[in-house]
Amino acid sequence: MLTTSVGRAAASPVSAGEATGLLIYRNYLAYRRGWYIFVSGFLEPVFYLFSIGVGVGQLVTGFEFNGQQIPYAEFVAPGMLAASAMNGSLLDSTFNFFFKLKYNKLFDQMLATPLTTLDIARGELSWSLLRGGIYSAAFLLVMVAMGLVSSWWAVLVVPAALLIGLAFGGICMALTTFMRSWQDFEFVTLATLPMFLFSATFFPITAFPPAVRWVVECTPLYRGVVLCRELTTGALSWGSAVSVVYLVVMGLIGLAIVRRRLDALLLT
Amino acid sequence: MILARGLRKSFGDFEAVKGIDVDVRRGEAFGFLGPNGAGKSSTMRMVAAVSPVSGGELRILGMDPAVDGPSIRARVGVCPQEDTLDTELTVRDNLYVYGRYFGLPRKEVRSRVDELLEFVQLTEKSGSMVEDLSGGMKRRLTIARSLINRPDVLLLDEPTTGLDPQARHVVWDRLFRLKQQGVTLVLTTHYMDEAEQLCDRLVVMDKGVIVAEGSPLELIRAHSTREVAELRFGVGEHDAIAEKVSDLGDRVEVLPDRLLVYSEDGEEVIAKVHERGLQPAAVLVRRSTLEDVFLRLTGRTLVD
Repeated sequence: MLTTSVGRAAASPVSAGEATGLLIYRNYLAYRRGWYIFVSGFLEPVFYLFSIGVGVGQLVTGFEFNGQQIPYAEFVAPGMLAASAMNGSLLDSTFNFFFKLKYNKLFDQMLATPLTTLDIARGELSWSLLRGGIYSAAFLLVMVAMGLVSSWWAVLVVPAALLIGLAFGGICMALTTFMRSWQDFEFVTLATLPMFLFSATFFPITAFPPAVRWVVECTPLYRGVVLCRELTTGALSWGSAVSVVYLVVMGLIGLAIVRRRLDALLLT
Repeated sequence: MILARGLRKSFGDFEAVKGIDVDVRRGEAFGFLGPNGAGKSSTMRMVAAVSPVSGGELRILGMDPAVDGPSIRARVGVCPQEDTLDTELTVRDNLYVYGRYFGLPRKEVRSRVDELLEFVQLTEKSGSMVEDLSGGMKRRLTIARSLINRPDVLLLDEPTTGLDPQARHVVWDRLFRLKQQGVTLVLTTHYMDEAEQLCDRLVVMDKGVIVAEGSPLELIRAHSTREVAELRFGVGEHDAIAEKVSDLGDRVEVLPDRLLVYSEDGEEVIAKVHERGLQPAAVLVRRSTLEDVFLRLTGRTLVD
């Protein structure tokens, strides 16, 4: 569906896999000097885990989740893991993507080479979900060290986090292509902060009235949080499969939009 | 190498390129001259296979940019008007990563990077960040980058705009060497001395169409005279005096501070001016340049 006009084309000297690898390598080179920026994004959810999960957890007994009674810290931790995957992919798919698109003219230079807009969209998205994946893998280690993991299913939480990165990366990159200035990014904060606070991260959604609850269940972070929690506690359900499909579809739609928008913005 | 027939480019209602025919042959240096908004950059972007053709035919290295974009770009070097260097990387990494975008093997790219840094005299700056380079250095780095794939055709969009005279001469020197090595150069410029120095053949574009075509010398012969006599009189007198000397040359142009008399023999013009009892405050005889051709063809009105 993405290759209508290039159907007859001679093969590009750079394969899709190579191109993705090259974009990731370029971003790695750029971050080598700014590793502390990389670390700060990871620490935020960790601090929340200690402050709310462990601190407030001493005042809260815990919740029932999919039929199991779990301690509060164990409830909050997978939520923070999902949030760290979101944070990780968010930074590179919003501010950094905008910078590359409008200021660094990075994609203009890439398009002077055999790389295509689809290569760029795919490479940037891969980098962004990779960053989310690295954050959540590190977060999972913190959870294991703190004894907050009660099932071997938790190993799958890293691929689950990659799906969260895919979904947020895709949609945020797509929205970023419509942004006109840095001020427009307030909308991103406006959307992600409530998601971070209310997507069953700190308390179960049974606390909401049914209408609100329905809205929350449709948000991507909620799907990610629940998926991660199901995996770390081992309480899987059919809902898990729904979450997986939801996140994959959202990411792919985002990718398709990004590619079309890059065509419209750069190949004029 | 490049063949265009009736090539058009429009942006919505605005037609930037209105049907041009161009042939660029292997090994030559070909120039697009024209004021701002003439359609030079739009043409260059189409040739670089990053801008879809709106009409007409375009073949680059025998390929159609609509179908073989990546294959064309693999064999073309692009030095854009604005430096699009990667500001988050060092000088060396800029070249290295860019070379890798072409799918070239690591070892090969590394040796080409060293070679090109030497070529543009940036070896000592290889570890610097791009932001710390001067304008001239950035330009040289952009040129080095455009050569990493050993292109058959090198596209240069206003390669020396904004550079100081020293930096311009360094760039010219490098481009001249490339031409000697047989690289086909296609450049846009609005500096006439640049076009005269570098181009074997050029076209003058204005408002999206080609208004003249040929070698610099042919253009001067066809659109100007051999010499120009510049005469300075008192401010305000020029219009009146222009009528008295209009028969002395092919053409007389009135500027605020002087008169230009286009003629085959400038000294003769000046002698006749004196014979008629006119006393210019200063006189100068010079050869016609491309600038005279250019201003004649595209006018002196400022284009925004």
